[in-house]
Amino acid sequence: MSDAVIISSRIRLARNLKDYPFPNRMSDSQREEISEKVKSVMCQGDFCGYKFMAVNMEDLSEFDRVSMVERHLISPDFASGEKGRLLITTENEEISVMVGEEDHIRLQVILPTFEIEKAYEIANKLDTELHKALCFAFDKRLGYLTQCPTNLGTGMRASVMMHLPALKESRTVSRISANLSKLGLVIRGAYGEDTESEGAMYQISNQVTLGISEKAAVQNLKSITEQLVNSELKTRENMLKSFEYQDKIGRSYGILITARLISHKEAIKLLSNLRMGICEGLIDSVDLETVDSLMLKIQPASLMRHKGTRLTPEERDRVRAEIIREELRPK
Amino acid sequence: MKCEKCKVREANTHIKKVVNGEYTELMLCSECAHALGYDNVFDFEMPDMFGGLLQSFFTGALPARSGASRCPECGSTYGDITNTGKVGCAHCYEAFFEELLPSIRRIHGNTLHCGKVPHDFVEKADKPAENEIDNLKTQLQAAIDEQNFELAAELRDKIKAKETEK
Repeated sequence: MSDAVIISSRIRLARNLKDYPFPNRMSDSQREEISEKVKSVMCQGDFCGYKFMAVNMEDLSEFDRVSMVERHLISPDFASGEKGRLLITTENEEISVMVGEEDHIRLQVILPTFEIEKAYEIANKLDTELHKALCFAFDKRLGYLTQCPTNLGTGMRASVMMHLPALKESRTVSRISANLSKLGLVIRGAYGEDTESEGAMYQISNQVTLGISEKAAVQNLKSITEQLVNSELKTRENMLKSFEYQDKIGRSYGILITARLISHKEAIKLLSNLRMGICEGLIDSVDLETVDSLMLKIQPASLMRHKGTRLTPEERDRVRAEIIREELRPK
Repeated sequence: MKCEKCKVREANTHIKKVVNGEYTELMLCSECAHALGYDNVFDFEMPDMFGGLLQSFFTGALPARSGASRCPECGSTYGDITNTGKVGCAHCYEAFFEELLPSIRRIHGNTLHCGKVPHDFVEKADKPAENEIDNLKTQLQAAIDEQNFELAAELRDKIKAKETEK
């Protein structure tokens, strides 16, 4: 039942090479040296049983770079297109390494399921092999040394992306956010600013990295996530007894399959309603994967990448409506 | 350069973000950056008179790991680190250990790593005496911060005893 609520699980590890200053104090030639080192370790044949490819961020167009931010592959900071930033990924983008971001290496494993432990296992294995080849900065008291002290210790952020429309509607999300921080976790809206999340998409992650082991942090996140899933599903069940909410979902679907112009904000909101309708059995002509992939595709830069050209906001609203109609059309 | 938001104060924070499909950069002052949720991790540091006085009392028994004004490796000063919110290199943590510790404790509520240890550090941990002293020193700092002076005095004596043993 967890895929009704969980979109993806992610592990990110921050690592730095022992013999180089951190990125804010690095020269261009040092940046290049590190990029070359990591590339030669990961991209010559298989690495840990995976095939990786490397791309220089400066060689990509702006909407290629920004669309990577939109699908959570890279950070906004990495999308600047500055020199000496290398992205290494597997073809399906589940495993990626940003070289030259805030730390020399940001290793990410993102799985489209609720498998946070598996994501950690993969990241851990890659990290061990990378350390053998590159030798990361480590201190037995402070753990892995990072440019920002907020990542010291394990250097690990574990996070789960969740769809919480019922908890948002009942204002539970804002209420639990203070309690989560006491448990060393933080909840953020995945789209839009602040905690007010468009489309009720939230990311919950560990805040503390020093003084807690990777396994304990993952377990902690996992058990809180399970509780949130249960409480979301229970709240949905009650909420959808009301015709008002059933009507809202039906209307959302209606607008999505007929609109000719639709903004990103409106589309995300309606897709969120539709997603809940599918999970709760109110709508059966669309599947969940279609909605989830649409949520990524209709973001501004992803649309421009899809069309291969720059679009004005008005043109984007038209193209967005077109794509949504096409994908949601009853087959 | 003036802050792009208030246009009054000097900008000192560089924000990079994606807004509506476009990559955007902003130069803000600390106040505006804070209001928008972008904080420098060192901005919370407030001089604690009482703690400071006692700390200097304890430093008699526990010399600072280094009195460096610059990191010997990358040349960063402690001021560079607090101004940018970024540590210069791995060696800065050694050079400014005492100075950084309060911030680290505030961020994590803890100052001792207990997660993965890379294989080549596992062997190095076979010097129990030194490890023990390090652990005691960390506990001592925690006790000082919590103003638990009875425990701190006890720990200080233990450290002294261990160090003379060596």
